[in-house]
Amino acid sequence: MGHIGDEHGWHLWGHTSLPLPIILYSSERGLSVFSSSRFDHGHKTYGGYALHDGHIVAVNDPDGTDAHHASINEDLTRATWDISITKNVMSLLVSAALLLIIFISVAKAYTRRTGQAPTGLQNLVEPIVLFVRDDVAKSAIGHKYERFLPYLLTAFFFIFLNNLLGLVPIFPGGANLTGNIAVTLVLALLTFIIVTVNGNKHYWHHILAMPGVPGWVLAILTPVEILGMFLKPFVLMIRLFANITAGHIIALSFFSLIFVFGETSAGAGYGVAVGSWAFTVFMMCLELLVAFIQAYVFTFLSAMYIGAAVEEPHHH
Amino acid sequence: MLLASLVEPSFGLIFWMTLTFLTVLFLLAKFAWKPILNGLKEREASIADALNEAKRAREEMSALNARNEELMNAAREEREVLLKEARDIRDKEIAEAKGKAKAEADALLARARTDIQNEKNAAITEMKNQVAELSILVAERILRDKLESSAAQQSLVDKVMAEAETRKS
Repeated sequence: MGHIGDEHGWHLWGHTSLPLPIILYSSERGLSVFSSSRFDHGHKTYGGYALHDGHIVAVNDPDGTDAHHASINEDLTRATWDISITKNVMSLLVSAALLLIIFISVAKAYTRRTGQAPTGLQNLVEPIVLFVRDDVAKSAIGHKYERFLPYLLTAFFFIFLNNLLGLVPIFPGGANLTGNIAVTLVLALLTFIIVTVNGNKHYWHHILAMPGVPGWVLAILTPVEILGMFLKPFVLMIRLFANITAGHIIALSFFSLIFVFGETSAGAGYGVAVGSWAFTVFMMCLELLVAFIQAYVFTFLSAMYIGAAVEEPHHH
Repeated sequence: MLLASLVEPSFGLIFWMTLTFLTVLFLLAKFAWKPILNGLKEREASIADALNEAKRAREEMSALNARNEELMNAAREEREVLLKEARDIRDKEIAEAKGKAKAEADALLARARTDIQNEKNAAITEMKNQVAELSILVAERILRDKLESSAAQQSLVDKVMAEAETRKS
């Protein structure tokens, strides 16, 4: 399950894993920064903290105590802010760096070769940029699309790249970033903020008092509309999280089957392995499609919500 | 427990995600999307311009061709007119020359005819004069022979007188 969730260390192969920095802050103990290897895979305590079921907890025991028998300080644990560079944060930083490298180099090509045909990486990126611009932003938002294009493009490529990185089983891929609810929460929250900040009179009027609807219906409709305002980004968050996580769980389940059958007999294990492998390959192909579709769906729905917020009233 | 950890967003990741995503958004908006979108827009504009220009050039070309055709037709017509004029002038000159020659010949003929007439008249007059002279001569001789004697002369006078007498009465 660690492969779907988050870890304080990046498992590379066998018993080797890359230790990642632990960053903790509490008003009582101040800031502490140390390597996750100090925890010795959750077996030892360090600096008054221990790893407990993947979570960092504050303990009362001195360094090097067996973490499994340490006494957990519940109050202090709740008061501790954990901003450690976990596997997902590391993957996030790697993907951010990749995005910056890819798109700034592509942008350089555009300024260097103004008005000329695209080359190299430009060819890979341009159709997708055009797709997001024309089929997502322009079609959903209308003529005011340009203001929101940077967010939509960034969101699209961020989700798409991380979906793809999530499919790569080896370092630096393999983190289930877009299948993590914290990540989709932030993305959905940004969409929500953009929609709410840019909502015009027309938009608010429709939410608070739908025109042409009798008063007693409004009493029902207005709460529903207000609920819908929050429900939309919530659904955005859940959809991306669930889709990507589901893909990872299925792939993991197929591989687990091999070992489950392998436990009973080696032959069954090998037999199931063939089927599992084939199914996983099939799932991978499906997931490649899902990687694009979910990035598209998230961006398109964000654009739709923004479009509804900035839409000018139609004069019927 | 594990499922709960999946759907429970961790503070650290929210923190890093917000920080990183906003930074990436800012940097990409400034250093990537702006030049890329501007580049795309410029390229699209330049392609549209080039297409428009090609269309205009084609239209100009066809207009030019039409004008060339017109010019050619005009030139052809003018040539026809010139040729016709030249032919007319030639015909007229030939006709004029013919007419002049005929008139001259006629004049010559007429003059020749008058000359001949004059000559003829002169000859006739001459001949008449000579005939008269000869007749006078002959009459003189006859008269001289007849009235040689005085008797003859007397008889003539008598005769004339008689004649006069008869005329008086």
